[in-house]
Amino acid sequence: MDITAQTALELGRKIKAKELSAPEVMEAFLAKAESMEERVHSFVTLDREGAMERAKKAQKAIGAGTLQGPLAGVPVALKDNLCTEGMATTCSSRILDGFLPSYTAEAVKKLEAAGAVNMGKTNMDEFAMGSTTETSWYGVTRNPWNPDHVPGGSSGGSCAAVAAGEAPFALGSDTGGSIRQPSSFCGVTGIKPTYGTVSRYGLIAYGSSLDQIGPIAKDVADCVTALELISGHDEKDSTSIARTDTDFTGALQADVKGMRIGLPRDYFGEGLDGEVKEALMEAAAVLEKEGAVIEEFDLGLVKYAIPAYYVIASAEASSNLARFDGVKYGYRTETYEGLHNMYKKTRSEGFGEEVKRRIMLGSFVLSSGYYDAYYLKALRVKALIKQAFDRAFEKYDMILAPAAPTTAPKLGESLSDPLKMYLGDIYTISVNLAGLPGISVPAGRDGKGLPIGMQLIGDCFQEKKIIRGAYAFECATGKQWTADYQRKQTAGKEEA
Amino acid sequence: MANRISDETIEYVGILAKLELSGSEKEKAREDMEKMLDYIDTLNELDTEGVEPMAHVFPANNVFREDVVTNGDAHEAMLGNAPAKKEQSYKVPRTFEG
Amino acid sequence: MARQYETVIGLEVHVELATKTKIFCGCSTEFGGAPNTHTCPVCTGMPGALPVLNKQVVEYAMAVGLATNCEITRVCRFDRKNYFYPDNPQNYQISQLYLPIARNGYVEIEVGDTKKKIGIHEMHMEEDAGKLVHDEWEDYSLVDYNRSGVPLIEIVSEPDMRSAEEVIAYLEKLRLIIQYLGASDCRLQEGSMRADVNLSVREVGSSTFGTRTEMKNLNSFKAITRAIEGERQRQTELLEEGKQVIQETRRWDDNKEYSYAMRSKEDAQDYRYFPEPDLVPVLISEEWIEEVKARQPEFRTEKLERYKKEYDIPQYDAEILTESKKMADLFEAATAICHKPKKVSNWLMGETMRLMKEEGMEAENLAFSPENLAKLVDLADAGTVNSTVAKEVFEHVFRENTDPEVYVEEHGLKTMNDEGMLRELAEKVIAENPKSVADFKGGKEKALGALVGQMMKATKGKANPAMIQKLLREALK
Repeated sequence: MDITAQTALELGRKIKAKELSAPEVMEAFLAKAESMEERVHSFVTLDREGAMERAKKAQKAIGAGTLQGPLAGVPVALKDNLCTEGMATTCSSRILDGFLPSYTAEAVKKLEAAGAVNMGKTNMDEFAMGSTTETSWYGVTRNPWNPDHVPGGSSGGSCAAVAAGEAPFALGSDTGGSIRQPSSFCGVTGIKPTYGTVSRYGLIAYGSSLDQIGPIAKDVADCVTALELISGHDEKDSTSIARTDTDFTGALQADVKGMRIGLPRDYFGEGLDGEVKEALMEAAAVLEKEGAVIEEFDLGLVKYAIPAYYVIASAEASSNLARFDGVKYGYRTETYEGLHNMYKKTRSEGFGEEVKRRIMLGSFVLSSGYYDAYYLKALRVKALIKQAFDRAFEKYDMILAPAAPTTAPKLGESLSDPLKMYLGDIYTISVNLAGLPGISVPAGRDGKGLPIGMQLIGDCFQEKKIIRGAYAFECATGKQWTADYQRKQTAGKEEA
Repeated sequence: MANRISDETIEYVGILAKLELSGSEKEKAREDMEKMLDYIDTLNELDTEGVEPMAHVFPANNVFREDVVTNGDAHEAMLGNAPAKKEQSYKVPRTFEG
Repeated sequence: MARQYETVIGLEVHVELATKTKIFCGCSTEFGGAPNTHTCPVCTGMPGALPVLNKQVVEYAMAVGLATNCEITRVCRFDRKNYFYPDNPQNYQISQLYLPIARNGYVEIEVGDTKKKIGIHEMHMEEDAGKLVHDEWEDYSLVDYNRSGVPLIEIVSEPDMRSAEEVIAYLEKLRLIIQYLGASDCRLQEGSMRADVNLSVREVGSSTFGTRTEMKNLNSFKAITRAIEGERQRQTELLEEGKQVIQETRRWDDNKEYSYAMRSKEDAQDYRYFPEPDLVPVLISEEWIEEVKARQPEFRTEKLERYKKEYDIPQYDAEILTESKKMADLFEAATAICHKPKKVSNWLMGETMRLMKEEGMEAENLAFSPENLAKLVDLADAGTVNSTVAKEVFEHVFRENTDPEVYVEEHGLKTMNDEGMLRELAEKVIAENPKSVADFKGGKEKALGALVGQMMKATKGKANPAMIQKLLREALK
């Protein structure tokens, strides 16, 4: 049995049934990761020693019957903006080089309490700012389906690790599409829950009003199981919501009969790649065949989401990232004259180009004389966008949309023109502005063999509806992600 | 309308953000910012008269903690990451002239 | 004729609230810990840490707002104030700009015989910064975040004050209100109350304000008075010379009695406030306001009236006693023990105030217990010690919180009431002082004083003075 080709739930069941042990599973994934890293580079920190130790400990607790959850003993990879006590947490930035948190992110704590075993930290766009995982200080991550292409971003490391079979599942974070877009590019399933569903405590903030943590996995059931484990109210996060309906696995029903699904015409027009469009139309037809009612409609305001997002996210980022100053943790420049020079040199050397670009923009839009024209204006547009979604969800149970306009671009193609890169977030960003849940599931491949993702967007707190939609689609089509394909990837590397 | 950002503005924003850009970086930053602001200006096509700015998406409010001490002495953990420290304090370049 | 100038002053007063924990985390606010021992990821600005608001901070702020006649903002919110400085671990301070908790209030002050309302523009909640320690000989500073995140309210007045006297009266009034509420101890020296002075001058009769400066680092009423006078002079001189006052922040050096501009190119003073996304709004209902109102303690005017009625003490006494919460508390507690309000009042207004003045100390720092004061009142009232001795004993009560009963016993200070012994002593003194005796008999009433003095000296001050007088007169008949 190829352990790394199993889903997380299968592994959990086999460990529980004593067919496999947690250390055995961990060893298999570590070995796989070690063999794949040269090609993919999903990890910033692969903690072999610590991971084996934790797996042994988990096995003991499973043996003693104290750990019984569905993912007990199953390895998990964590995006490197999630704080892990005693384990380097860098946000893929030089400025956090060597930072060892004294605390663990609440979502990670919950997973660990349920028995999942942390294997290491995955690569990302620096401070989650980017759509390609090319802005990392620790080097680019490549798309396991074709290493000449990017895995997407910013949770590119987490998505690539799952796609490459280096990890059975992973956690990412999504501020403007950072889970859904790379999930789509890597052919895996990723959920961004309703804002406030998963505690942000210990997630290193990019845009605080937009950030949410979510799971990335091989299929819908794995993904939803992990989401259920990490959800819940946290007193340490004032924006965390006390929900009583986080029993998401209950929604794993392949039944969309009578569900109304809206297709925004403005998402399927100019700018959308033909192959992607075709795959999504087919996907819609599948859901229709399963009994859903598909209808096209005009969502409106689509082109204003990106500019509003960049004002809000950059403004919040300029403030959130002010704390990286060489005083309390992380990098401090070697030589300096006086305090302000120390600040400037540390930050200029410690941050990469894209991060500096957004800090500059954010500082500018908040500066004296511009706050009303830019920041308040963007918050007003955000209110209008939320209203547009509210209207849509009066008619539809969910919205079917692309996760990205194209499949994964080639390495190096995107960074030269930032504005063009930002436009790639057009189908994901408004979901963050409105705080809504969204899921990306594999929906086919393009002519080059690169995965295409379908995004289902729900009204706030309506994860269960999009889970039903995604699960029904997956069951109807057979899994897009296959263990076979992963084996091929490994074989391909051996040939090369 | 095309936005024009002056060198002084780039300099000023650098002071606010504590970023020191080299000559070519400054030029790039200026171009990027001009382009982004032009793009952001498309928001002005929308009439937002009478629309309340939406800071929080959900109407959550009144989240409090009780006034009870829950934390002990954690100075070792806090100072553990400091790039420069002396005894139990963070060490920074002198802040006060005079 | 020389031009006449008027000084226009507004104040920004920061008050550290008396909560047990910081505003956004469960760290203790206790003073005096070793550096960074009261810190956690939240108050040291660790990445990923998030703030959660201390409810008591809101309640204290509401209480102060209500007591200063402010309107309470029903939906209030926190904002981030962005600036880089090492005492500010996140490089932003969580404060309130757009929707502060209270607005449009006033307090009434009295200077001389004139009453005046000083307007309060707004009052907001925010977090304090850490402490920077500088070594004169080194090129570095050290940062201690123990104070980082201690809750503050900032009370911003209207520019309604015209003199240092009015400023001091306003500060004293604010301090009294806040102390009565128990919201802060308001100690200037320790920094739990701090005032920044905004000052401008203009020609008398002008309806527009002059350019103002903001002065910081004022940690006593004396420093405030001196700084106001210094800045008034500086600005007046500039105007007289036809120069401009520059709007700037100045730091007062009380040793040099001089202020200097805190100017730096790196200090743009553009704080880029925006709503704090990590905190949700605070909604204040009518019911909540009523609850806080119901818990308001008795304020000075009510207390003053009650003292007159309940304890039958004069207006003057009641005024002085209620001027400080600490003094009023001492008065009530000591009176509850000994039931001699006027006597307790006399000790507080007389000897206590005299010693406080001598020591240059404030009522908040009084350290003796009401029990010991009550005991002393009883000892003196019963004639167990005479008034001279009582004053001497009180000094020990005042300084060391000594138990007066024990002290009197140990030092043998009880009044001598032995009539037989004192009569013998009187005869001896009369025999030894023929001149004074002759003077007295010759009609010089004063001469008796000399004889009393001799007897006091012989008894080391312990004799009952009324008895001595009586015995001397009898012996001289």
